[in-house]
Amino acid sequence: MESAQGRIWTRKKPEPEAGPLLLVEGLGKAWGARIGCADVGFDLYPGEVLGIVGESGSGKSTLLGCLAGHLPADAGRILYRGRDLRMMAEPERRHLARTEWAFVHQNPRDGLRMGVTAGANVGERLMAVGARHYGAIRATATDWLGRVEIDPARIDDRPRAFSGGMQQRLQIARNLVTGPRLVLMDEPTGGLDVSVQARLLDLLRELVREMGLAVIIVTHDLAVARLLADRLMVMKDGRVIEAGLTDQVLDDPQAAYTQLLVSSVLQV
Amino acid sequence: MIEIENLCKSFTLHNQGAAVLPVLAGAHLRVDPGECVALTGASGSGKSTLMRMIWGNYRAETGRLQVAGLDLTTATPRQIIALRRARLGYVSQFLRVVPRVPTLRVVAEPLLALGQPEPQALARAAALLARLNIPERLWSLSPTTFSGGEQQRVNIARGFAHPFPVLLLDEPTASLDAVNRAVVLDLIGEAKARGAAILGIFHDEAARAQVADRLVDVTGFTPARAA
Amino acid sequence: MSEGYSFAYLDAATKRMIRRALLKALAIPGYQVPFASREMPMPYGWGTGGVQVTAACLIPEDVLKVIDQGADDTTNAVSIRRFFERTAGVATTTHTQDATLIQTRHRIPEAALTEAQILVFQVPIPEPLRFLEPREAETRRMHALADYGLMHVKLYEDIARHGAIATSYAYPVLVEGRHVMDPSPIPKFDNPKLGDCPAIQLFGAGRECRIHALPPYTRVVSLDFEDHPFEATKAEAACDLCGAETSYLDEVITDDAGGRMFCCSDTDFCAGRRAAGHLGRLSEGAA
Repeated sequence: MESAQGRIWTRKKPEPEAGPLLLVEGLGKAWGARIGCADVGFDLYPGEVLGIVGESGSGKSTLLGCLAGHLPADAGRILYRGRDLRMMAEPERRHLARTEWAFVHQNPRDGLRMGVTAGANVGERLMAVGARHYGAIRATATDWLGRVEIDPARIDDRPRAFSGGMQQRLQIARNLVTGPRLVLMDEPTGGLDVSVQARLLDLLRELVREMGLAVIIVTHDLAVARLLADRLMVMKDGRVIEAGLTDQVLDDPQAAYTQLLVSSVLQV
Repeated sequence: MIEIENLCKSFTLHNQGAAVLPVLAGAHLRVDPGECVALTGASGSGKSTLMRMIWGNYRAETGRLQVAGLDLTTATPRQIIALRRARLGYVSQFLRVVPRVPTLRVVAEPLLALGQPEPQALARAAALLARLNIPERLWSLSPTTFSGGEQQRVNIARGFAHPFPVLLLDEPTASLDAVNRAVVLDLIGEAKARGAAILGIFHDEAARAQVADRLVDVTGFTPARAA
Repeated sequence: MSEGYSFAYLDAATKRMIRRALLKALAIPGYQVPFASREMPMPYGWGTGGVQVTAACLIPEDVLKVIDQGADDTTNAVSIRRFFERTAGVATTTHTQDATLIQTRHRIPEAALTEAQILVFQVPIPEPLRFLEPREAETRRMHALADYGLMHVKLYEDIARHGAIATSYAYPVLVEGRHVMDPSPIPKFDNPKLGDCPAIQLFGAGRECRIHALPPYTRVVSLDFEDHPFEATKAEAACDLCGAETSYLDEVITDDAGGRMFCCSDTDFCAGRRAAGHLGRLSEGAA
């Protein structure tokens, strides 16, 4: 454990490493006889954004849950920096979850502590990894509120007093404060007004570039996928039916289902 | 820099009785460094399709399609992303950006993505916007609110921000006034001079005559429509 | 001693069960061991957890002292002391030094404890994370994984709101660098006495069915921040009865005109000092 005294807790872009940050092979999860997801495989490098699209029930949230360790997978491997998460002990996985990973929930209420102040929400992860200097924690929280465009004067307000878009940005700040490498997002712009969405998308793109984040974003909004994701995986009935370059999948879809999905949207 | 041999493309419409729609057949094309080639042909003859295949937007299936050393028929998505980031620029007719990013940043984005320091990237963007006569008071606004001509110039500035070795231009002068049209043609001339390979679609015949070294009529690549 | 009861009220099987829990608690300092808390002939909140622990520990040779907020003479202390006089027949005392087993509510005696003594605390809520994380399954997981960032969130909130850590009792501690423990609602003034203590300290929560413990000479650290260190605070005054300046004080309102006095919360400590001739501001014969 390391003290936070005298420095702001922002990790620089990670040094390039050999091999992918995340390598998934043959991942499967069944709910009894029903397939949650099956035979999913992909890899992800720092700085890449992978979009996962599909309708409700297509298995994209199940997949994200397995990747995050919220759900136990039944089959396959999830190699994070070369180590299989399914073999990892719970304490180590939790440590990773609060240092190198981030999970942004669709509903900020699921990802925030609504009863404590914005500053404490941002500071929690720092304190969980051993930061013990109040002044430094507060300075870092102030800095991050600014970065996600929340007035730092509101550091002592509770998230209940924030708008939906602000809550979502606070959730992002709370997650990114420890400088994670891998960010999992479940419909992060769902339920937000279009203008608020745009602000969030812009923020996410900036952070991906500045911090060299690897991001997996689950969304059913193809416009969001187009603006944010480099690559896209299309899921149906728990399986990946098409994957590739985002604009290629959207503009020249090969699978029948993807063609249907793309043509059902007004304009993306 | 662009080498195309016997390239074909068809769309299979799975949800319309698996109808196969051939759109391109036996395309041949070569663009060398320092050269500007213009695609011609009637509307619907496949100019845009060819352009989008070179951009990697449409999947290349049969034949050979090589761009700045990368074979797009076998390239992985990651390779295409890297190609677009460093070697292949595209000025499309449409501006597709997050609708609140300031214009200056929109233009600087390709440079920032390449890891250029922010001050340099923004300075380069500012110089281009000034040259294309976008008033400075608009730089902090999102270009999504701009007029068609302004959006087009933002798109051009973005496309020329980084000295791509290969450039695709889709109607770069379409909705521009004479002054700005001249600026764009200068930009194209400068890109040629530094050795860029340029492939363009120009409906503006005078502009085409001024910058294009060769014309390629895509009508020859249009498949005979099955009855 | 009353007829018809086992020694110290509880049956042998229950005592064995509680002693097993106590041994486990001593083996894992600060860890909350579940036990099958029994109905006792007093209401919850009156110290049923402490009483069961005391009953399981008592032997006929013990000398028992019972204090409530430092005092030997409150209803709660008196009734528990009488309960064990009747059901165990053990000797009782009010003198800390003479006792071998002390059951306490919300205080640690001022006099230094010895290796020959056991201190039994009554605990209302043993879970320090309870008010931060209401899910019991989750708090247990947090203890298991030493996932204690949340404790500092609470202290952070204190400072953000009050400018200082305002928690003044039940102040959380980290035991042997491993388990975060609620020391029961003792004033934080008493926190430093928890660590490196020669006596055995046992904590019983009857309603919550939990026992935790600190074996002798355990490392106990009150949670804090580097720039807001823990402080064992007390009222800025001396005892008006015995003049003690280092003991924990109760504030007593003496009239309707704002008159008040401070006196030692530990009545035995205060009485001892007065017997030795120390005087306070309101002592008879004081200037």
